[in-house]
Amino acid sequence: MYDAELFLPLSREEKTDAEMMRPSRTYWQDVRERLMRDKLAVLGLLVIVLIVALAVFGPVLSPYEYDAQDFMMSNEPPSGAHWFGTDMFGRDIFVRVLYGARISLAVGFLASFISLFIGVIYGGISGFTGGKTDNIMMGIVDVIYSVPMMIYVILLMVVVGPGLKSIFITLGISYWAPMARIVRAEVMRLKNEEFILAARVLGASPGRILLRHLIPNAMGPILVTLTFSIPGAIFTEAFLSFVGLGVSAPMASWGVLSSDAVGSLAIYPWQLFFPAGAISITILAFNFLGDGLRDALDPRLRK
Amino acid sequence: MLAGAKRGEVIMLLKVENLKKYFGNIRSVDGVSFSIQKGETLGLVGESGCGKTTTGRTIIKLYEPTEGRIIYGGQDITSLTPDEMLSFRKKIQMIFQDPYASLNPRMTAGDIIREAMIIHRIPRDEQQDRVNHLLRLVGLNSEQAGRYPHEFSGGQRQRIGIARALAVEPELIICDEPISALDVSIQAQIVNMLEDLQHELGLTYLFIAHDLSMVRHISSRVAVMYLGRIVELAESEELYASPKHPYTVSLLSSIPIPDPDKSDSRETTALQGEIPSALNPPSGCTFHTRCPKAKPECSMLKTQLADTGNGHFCACPFV
Repeated sequence: MYDAELFLPLSREEKTDAEMMRPSRTYWQDVRERLMRDKLAVLGLLVIVLIVALAVFGPVLSPYEYDAQDFMMSNEPPSGAHWFGTDMFGRDIFVRVLYGARISLAVGFLASFISLFIGVIYGGISGFTGGKTDNIMMGIVDVIYSVPMMIYVILLMVVVGPGLKSIFITLGISYWAPMARIVRAEVMRLKNEEFILAARVLGASPGRILLRHLIPNAMGPILVTLTFSIPGAIFTEAFLSFVGLGVSAPMASWGVLSSDAVGSLAIYPWQLFFPAGAISITILAFNFLGDGLRDALDPRLRK
Repeated sequence: MLAGAKRGEVIMLLKVENLKKYFGNIRSVDGVSFSIQKGETLGLVGESGCGKTTTGRTIIKLYEPTEGRIIYGGQDITSLTPDEMLSFRKKIQMIFQDPYASLNPRMTAGDIIREAMIIHRIPRDEQQDRVNHLLRLVGLNSEQAGRYPHEFSGGQRQRIGIARALAVEPELIICDEPISALDVSIQAQIVNMLEDLQHELGLTYLFIAHDLSMVRHISSRVAVMYLGRIVELAESEELYASPKHPYTVSLLSSIPIPDPDKSDSRETTALQGEIPSALNPPSGCTFHTRCPKAKPECSMLKTQLADTGNGHFCACPFV
C-alpha cells in the first residue's frame, strides 16, 4: 500500500544529482578509446612509430655509413658487428635498410598526403556541385583510374628518367583518384542531410559548408583511405625501384635493396630477407591500423 | 485565434503565386498560391509525397522554383542571387523535421547556434551572450552549450534546431513537420513552446505537418495539399467544423478520436488506394481516382481554388 510517510520530496540539489549524465565527450575521444581497445591496431601503431623512429634516428646512431664500402667484409652473414650482414660491396645492410626506410616512408607519407589534399578538394567540389560539373570531373577521374600505372611509369621513364622525381609524379597522378571518389561519395551522401540544408538556409557559403560541415563529417572514411593508401604508396615505390625505375645507388630504398639482393638470392638469402621483411612488416602494420581505425570510426561496421 | 497582429492591421508578409517545382518530370509542386499575414500561422497539411515539404523548401530557396513568384514583404525574391538572398536569409528561417539529422554531429550545441551569427557577422563579443540567451529561450541551459548533439534527447535537439533558427532574429519561420519525429508527450511541449515564442517575438509561421490535430491547435488558417496543389484553404476552425473538399473530409475523418464511444459512431470515409505518382498525375481533378464522390466528368475538369465565401477556398466545384 502507498504510505506517504515513506516518501520525501527531493531537494533541488538532489534532483540534479540524480540526473544521469555521462561526461561530455567528443566523437574523437570515443574513437581513440575504441581504437586503443583494438590490440592489432595498437600493435600496428606501435610498429609504425618504431619504424619511423628507427628511420629518423637509426642511421645516425649506427657506426656505419649507408654508402661506406668495405670490400674486406663483402657478403658477410648477420653477426654481432653487422646485424643484418653486408652486401657485395661490404655495406652494412642494417643501416641501409634503416636508410631505405627514410625514403620509403617519405614517399609513402608524402604521396598519401598529396593525394589527400588533391582528392579531398577535388572530390568535395565534384560531389557538392553535382550535375554536369560532377559528371565531367568524375569522367576525368575515371580516365586516370583506368590507365594502368605502368603506362605512366614507362612514359615518365622516357621523359623524366628514373629517380625519385618520376616516382612522385607517378604516385601524384594516380593516387588521388580513389580518394577523390571516396570523398565525393561521402559528400553526395551528406549534402542532402538536413543539417546541410540548415546551413544553406542560414546563408552559409559553399566553401563554409564544405569545410565546416561536409568534410568534418566525411573525416572517418578519409582517414581510413589515407591509412590504406600509405602502404600502397610504399609498395608502389618498392616495386618501381625493384624494376629499376626508382632511386639509384648508392641511395637505398627497400625496393632497391630487394632488387640488388635478388641476383645472389641462392647464396646470400638474408640480403633479400631483411628489406623484403621491412616492407612486409610496414605494410602489415598500416593495414592493421587501417582496419582498427575503420572499426573505431564506425562501430556499426564491426561484426 | 490570430496571434500577434491585430485583426485590423493586416500586413502581408509572404505571398506565393502559382509556385511550381518540377524535378525532371515529377511535378512536386504544381501551381500553389497562398499568402501569409504577419503574426499568423498558416498550416500546410497533406499526405507524405504531396509536395508540402518541397513547397517550404522552394519558398526558402533551397530549390529554384520552376515557375511562379515568391514575394516577401513586398519584394519579389524569386530570382535573387545567393548574395542578394543573404539578407532575406535573416528574415526567413526553417525548423526541420528530423532532430537527429538536422544538427551537425561534429559541432557543439553552442557552435551550431553560433554559426548563424558568424555568417551574418554579429560581433564576436555579443555572440556568447546571445547563444546563452537563445538556449534559455528554448528551455535549455547555457551549461549545455558545450555538449554535442548525440548527448541530447530528440526534444532537446529540436529545441537546439529552433534556437539556431531564432539566432538570426527571423520574422517568418517555416516549420517543416517539426514535431512528427518526436514522442507524443514531447510534441505538445514543442508546439506550446513555438506558440509562446510566437507571442514573445512576434513570429509568423508556415507550419507544415501531416498531423491534422496538431495543426488545428497551432494554426490560424490551414491549407490542405494534394498532389502538388492546394485543394482547400480556410480559417482553422471553419475548416475543421465544415470541411468542403472530399479529400479534406476524408482526412479529417481519419483523425483518431481518443474516445471509443464516439469513434464507433463516427462515419469514416477512408480513402481507397495510394496517392498517385506525381510523375504521371491523373487528368482533370487529380483527386478523382480516390474521391468517394467522383463523377465521370471529374477526369476532365480543370479545378481551381474558388472562394466559397468567408475566406474559405475549395478546389472542388461540387460543394
